[in-house]
Formats: sequence, C-alpha cells, structure tokens
Amino acid sequence: MSALYLLILASITVAAFFLIAFIWSVRSNQFEDKQGAAIRMLQDDELKIN
Amino acid sequence: MPTIDTERNTIIISKPVVHKSTACYHCGTDCITDSIAIEEKVFCCEGCKLVYEILNDNGLCDYYKLQSHPGLTQIKPTRADKFAYLDNEEIASKLYKFTDGNNTMVTLYIPGVHCASCMWLLEHMNKLATGITESRLNFTSKEVTIRFKKDIITLRRIVELLTTIGYEPYISLDDATQSKTKNHNKQLIYKLGVAGFCFGNIMLMSFPEYLSLDKGIEHEYAFLFRVLNLVLALPVFFYSASEFFASAWAGLKQKILNIDAPIVLALIITFARSVYEIATNTGSGYLDSMSGIVFFMLVGRVVQERAYKSMSFHRDYKSYFPIAVNVLTKDGTISKNLQDLQEKDVVELHNDEIIPADAVLIKGNARIDYSFVTGESEPVLVEEGKQVYAGGKQVGEKITIQVVKPVAGSYLTSLWNHHSFAKNKAEKNNRESMIHVMSKYFTIVLFVLAAVTTLYWWANDPSKILPSVSAMLIVACPCALLLAATYTNGNLLRLLSNNGLYLRDATVIEQIGDTTHIVFDKTGTLTQGSKQFHTTGHQLTETEKAWVYNIASHSKHPYSKALVKYLGAFPTVEIYTWEEHIGKGLYATIGNNTIQIGSAAFTGVTVESDSNKPALYIRINDKVTAFYITTELRQEVAKLIPQLHKRYGLSLLSGDNDRQREQLQTLFGQSSKLLFEQKPLDKLHYIKKLQDRGRKVLMVGDGLNDAGALQQSNVGITLADDINNFTPSCDAILDAGKFAKFPALLQLAHSGKYIIYFSFIVSILYNIIGLSISMQGKMNPMIAAILMPVSTLSIVLITTGLGSLVAKRAGLSLKA
Repeated sequence: MSALYLLILASITVAAFFLIAFIWSVRSNQFEDKQGAAIRMLQDDELKIN
Repeated sequence: MPTIDTERNTIIISKPVVHKSTACYHCGTDCITDSIAIEEKVFCCEGCKLVYEILNDNGLCDYYKLQSHPGLTQIKPTRADKFAYLDNEEIASKLYKFTDGNNTMVTLYIPGVHCASCMWLLEHMNKLATGITESRLNFTSKEVTIRFKKDIITLRRIVELLTTIGYEPYISLDDATQSKTKNHNKQLIYKLGVAGFCFGNIMLMSFPEYLSLDKGIEHEYAFLFRVLNLVLALPVFFYSASEFFASAWAGLKQKILNIDAPIVLALIITFARSVYEIATNTGSGYLDSMSGIVFFMLVGRVVQERAYKSMSFHRDYKSYFPIAVNVLTKDGTISKNLQDLQEKDVVELHNDEIIPADAVLIKGNARIDYSFVTGESEPVLVEEGKQVYAGGKQVGEKITIQVVKPVAGSYLTSLWNHHSFAKNKAEKNNRESMIHVMSKYFTIVLFVLAAVTTLYWWANDPSKILPSVSAMLIVACPCALLLAATYTNGNLLRLLSNNGLYLRDATVIEQIGDTTHIVFDKTGTLTQGSKQFHTTGHQLTETEKAWVYNIASHSKHPYSKALVKYLGAFPTVEIYTWEEHIGKGLYATIGNNTIQIGSAAFTGVTVESDSNKPALYIRINDKVTAFYITTELRQEVAKLIPQLHKRYGLSLLSGDNDRQREQLQTLFGQSSKLLFEQKPLDKLHYIKKLQDRGRKVLMVGDGLNDAGALQQSNVGITLADDINNFTPSCDAILDAGKFAKFPALLQLAHSGKYIIYFSFIVSILYNIIGLSISMQGKMNPMIAAILMPVSTLSIVLITTGLGSLVAKRAGLSLKA
C-alpha cells in the first residue's frame, strides 16, 4: 500500500501545479482584457513592409 | 484642412466642389469631393489623407485591411499647441506610471478605440516614432500603455502623434490626482483559487473516511488522511477566509454585528473542533464542510463584485476638467497646473475648452456651452466684463478670461464640498442592508439558544456541554443566508446589466427595491438630446430643403446634425463652395444661390427682441427662415410616467424655465411636485427634504448639475445615451435606449429581497431536516458529505432561477 503515498503525492502535485498556473495567469493580467486577446491573436505578428 | 482666419479670428474649414459621393478611404465619411486623393483612394479631408500618408510611409497600411474605413474623421481640427502643457515636466510626471529618468511608462485613455484596426495601429506605435519601445492596448478599458525613452521622445510628441493619427487621448485633472488602482479584486481571486484547490483536495482525502475505510485494514491511513486534510485546511482558514475575518472585525470595531460575525464564529469553532478531534484521534472533524463553505461564499462574492470596467461610477468634476491651462503672464503664455491656478490669473481658452474656474470675460466673443452643468446644450452668449462659470465650454473663437475664484471654490465645483459627498454610500447601504439586520437577530437568537443548551447540559451531563454547543454553532452558521444573498444579487446584477441598467455594486439593488419616491431631472433625462424645430418666415421649398440638407450634412455641429435629422433624406446636390465658420455658421453656394446657415449675426439678419429666440437662421439669397428649437420629450416618457405614478411618488426638478409646465403637470398628475429653475444645490436640498419626511428617494438625472442630487438621494441613476461616455458620479447608469424598461427594472430589483427570503427559508428547512436526521444518529457520513454541496448548489439554482423567472415575466431579456 505504499503506492498510496506516491499517488497522494502525485495528485497533490498536479493540483498544486494548476493552482500555481491559475495564480500566475491572474497576476500577469490575463483576465484584465478578454476582448483584446481575442482580436490580437488574429493579427499577423510581422509587418509586411511595402 | 482648417485654416485660421487671423483677421476675423475664426477657424474656417472649407471643402471644395462636390460631384459625387464616395466614402472616405480612412474614415468612411461621405466625401463632398474626390479631389483629395492618393491614387484611387479618396479622402474626405486633408486630415484623413495625412493619417493615410503617415501610415503608408511607415508601412502600416495593414490598418486598412483589418477593417474597411477604420479611422476616425479628421474634419474637426486640433489646435497645434493644445498639448503644450505636457512639456511642463511637473505636469507630465503626474501622468507617468513609472520612470527611471529615461525609460518611462504612461497609460492614456483613448475614447476613440473601437475596432481591431485601432488595436493593431496602437500596438504598432513603435513603428511610427523612434523612442517608443512598446505599446499595448487594453481593449476593454480603452487604455493604451506606452513605454518610451524620454531622452528621445517627449510625452507631448507621443500625445500629438496619437492625435494626428486620430486617437486623441483624453487627459483630465483626474489622471493627475487619482490614487493608483486598487488591487482588492485580484486578492479575492487568489483567495478563491486557493480555497478551490484546498476544498477539492480535502474532499478527495475525505473519501476513505466517507466510505468508512478506517474501520478496516487501512486504519493506519486514516490518520494520514486526516493530517493531510488539516494541512490543506490551514490556507483556507488563515488565507482564504481572511476576507470574512477582516469584515467581521471591521464591523465589531464599529460595534456592529454584521453577517460575517456569526459566520466567522462558526468557522473558528468548526476549525478548533476539527483540530481537536484530529489531534486526539477521536474523529475526522468538519474540514470538508468548512473549506466548501468558504469556497462557495467566495464564489458568491466574486459574482457579486463583478465590475464594469469601461464604466466609472465615481467621477466628479475632476474627470471633466483639463489637467492644465494656458495662463498669460508678463513673460508670455505658460502652462499652469489646474490646482495651482489662482485668482487674478488670466487664462486663454480655445474652441471646445472647458472654463476651469469662475471667471470674468476679458476679451473675445464668448459662446458658452453649459451642457455639462445644466444639461442644456444651447450655448449662451456672454459679453465682455460679465462672469462665466466653471464647467462651461467655449464654442468658437479664442477667449481670454480672468479667474475670480479658485478651482475648488467655484460655483459648480463647490458642490463637491457639500457634506453629502463625504459619506461613503456603499458602506452606509451595506450597514442598513436587510441581510445585516437579519443576521443581527439571528446571532442574538443563536446565543440565547447556546446559553439554554449550556444550562440544560450543565444540569444533566456537564461533559456534553462542549460537544453539543459547538455542534450547534457549527450547524447554525448563517452561510446559507450569505450565499442566498450574494448569488441572488450577482444574478440580478447580471440581469439588470443585460437590460441596460448598470449598478455600481450589489448594495444598490436593495436600495432600488425600497424606493418610494422618484425624482426626475428634465433636460436630457425626460427630454431628448436630438432636437425638433419649428420655423417661421420663408417656408422652404423641397429643392431648398435638399440644399440645406446637403450643406448641413457635412458639418459636425450639433445643430447641423439636428437639422439633417429634422429634414429627413434628400438626394445629393452639387455644392460649389462650402465653408464652416466654427461657432458661427455654414456658408455655401449651389448654382447661383448663396446659402447661409447660422446665427443672426452670421446670416446678417436683424433680430427683433423676442423672448423665444430662434436657434438658427437659414438665409437663401434674400429669403430668411428662422428655426426655433422645441425640446421633445423622449417617446417612452408618456407611457413611463403614468406607469411609475401608480407605485411611486414622483417629482420633477428642472434647471430650465417652466415653459413646459402644463404639459408636464398633466403627464405627472396633479399630486406630483414640479419645480423649475432649480440650481444644483436646490436639487440636493429638495431631495434632503423628501428624505427627512421618511421617503426613500431615487433620482434620475444626467448632467453634472444633478451630481449633488444624485449623491444625496438613496439611489442616483444617471441616464446616458452612450454608457461609455462621461457620467457624473452615481449609483447606477441606465442606457437611455432602454428607458422604456425602467419600471420593469425597478420591479426586478424589488423582487430581490423576496428571492433572498425564500431561498433562506429553503436553506433553513435543509438544516432542520439534516439536523433532525443526524441527531437520531441515522446520518451516514457519506450522505452528509454529498448533501452539503448539493444543498449549496440547490440554493444557487433557486436564486438564479427565481431571478430569471421574475425578469422574464416583467418582459426583460435574459441575455445581453
């Protein structure tokens, strides 16, 4: 049953990873401008100089 | 391109001959000529062409590919030294978010942002000017954040560049005085995230317990799971729940028992008992329930605190006023910080600039638009030597004024010194909320019961005092009440905003529901922004109407727009000359005919002394037509007022004269009080008087002149034709287009209270049933663990479902 220890450890680690990802996304203002991101992703990265 | 006629000191915009109508490549406005063109691309004015050239030179023409005609019209000229004050480092530094002497960051609000092209262009600012390192647009709040090197480019240059390409930033006194953004909302989200994480894992760890595995061979693991649960509950108790601790403590300090107090009590006892049980290995505690409740309560709070980012409910005059003005001194013109403006300072004002302080007109033809102050959009003519008031806007040529009162002491701004502005309405609403009143009695009853239980066991079996009393306090946690309230309010906020009523916060809902008296402002609230005319003199023929229509349609002046709307649609006519004399009128020739549209002086009409002054004259060759403005009531008002009259007391406060008294009195009914020629402070005092008589007053207004009344009333609602426009500080903003729904919206807000009562009763029933089963020892821990979140979810469903049902029956739409 020592596998249980490993499983508990693994499950909490995965969950903690998601928690950290969530906090990071809030901290980096990803929820501040939801409209903008939707528009930005459709635009070309590089400028075509004519 | 506008030219300045120095002799007449007027700005004249002229446009050459028209042949056919084409949409401007840049902004989409109908071009009156196709002579302003580059290759096959036609522009409506030199300004738009200039923007195209700048973008073309910098390889930024993708701007036009993302959306056709994305630009904003450049017909309105901007004065060259408008932003000169930004060269004053002291003023500029107030706008900086960050600077290390060279690398600087500034955030500017750009009202003109509207499409994907705007975003694309504003985020490629670095291609337009060296020195700009990065620009990033927040599309929702229309704020562009620009990083630049101060050594290479000045803030003034950047602002001017933005203005040139059609994105003039709005810089106001507020930007300089505002305290920097609050971070509270983010903290709440972090707390919610942590609580969610811990709650989920605690539930997982509790499963063996629910399935009673501790009775079998895995008994050794039971302790491990319990300890893990305890570890996971620590952040919930100490971090996530701190929200409630802080609020309860703040209440207690003011000797108020708010709803968070009994909740905190229950949380502490639950946690303490769980720790005790786990430490002594006598049980598993109630950490799953505790973290679950904290999680759901936080979700409710987030839902309820949903903010409308593009709207502001806390604007005072500072948002309207410029950050600096041009002051004439012996050494020439200097830019002066508005706060440093003193009496006797001589200030220069250009077209469209706001008078910052009460002053006397020294020089120039002043036509002051007091629409910010009174809601009345007709400019007032002022003679030299006469007083002009802060908040008015000069229309037309440059004027010189001498300040007689400092900014904060001026007639309009002194309104904000009134003591009603010192109160924090949200806090007051919160304190008086029925939730807190209910929870106060709830807590008292709870303590009485706890005392009775203590006495009972003390007489019978003292060893049972602690377990039974703690169990009681845990079970009787009024979190269901809080959940019912937050979810009901959150859902109502959503429904109201979908129907055009945007509230500052959830405490306003209950205030609207308790309203007994509604006070309306007239101008701009009951009457419409767009104008109707009636005419005297020469009656225009259909051909002449077509001429006037075509001439006026190229001007941006509010009267021209109103004229176009009034006349209806006509086919395009060839215009030979077209000139707009800003603040005076339009001059055009069609064939051999000369047409002038504008003021009496401009059209050369001798005015008879007439109390009802015509707003404008049209002179076609020798024939003159006078146009009078009739302000029309909004269409829906005729139906709306009688509807409201059935349920509420009504009053009308108008800053205007009583020309429309009879019409309005019939509409409002004889019992309603109509007051005219009310000054801002009079309005405030009238509301105060109503409140002293025990009325709960809801005020509907629009202009800055209503700001005092909006603040004093229990609920101040601003009616706005464009909800993203500037509105005075208020509790709610109502989209003017949805004014017809106003009674239904009031009804929906009113229902909130009953929804909360109902769901609270349901949750108490849950508790009683659950309690009686568990007291008989029949409750399986597994069932209990499932029931806890299920009962919470059912409360959530009941509140949202009932709110939507009421909204639907009141004829409101459920979706945005």
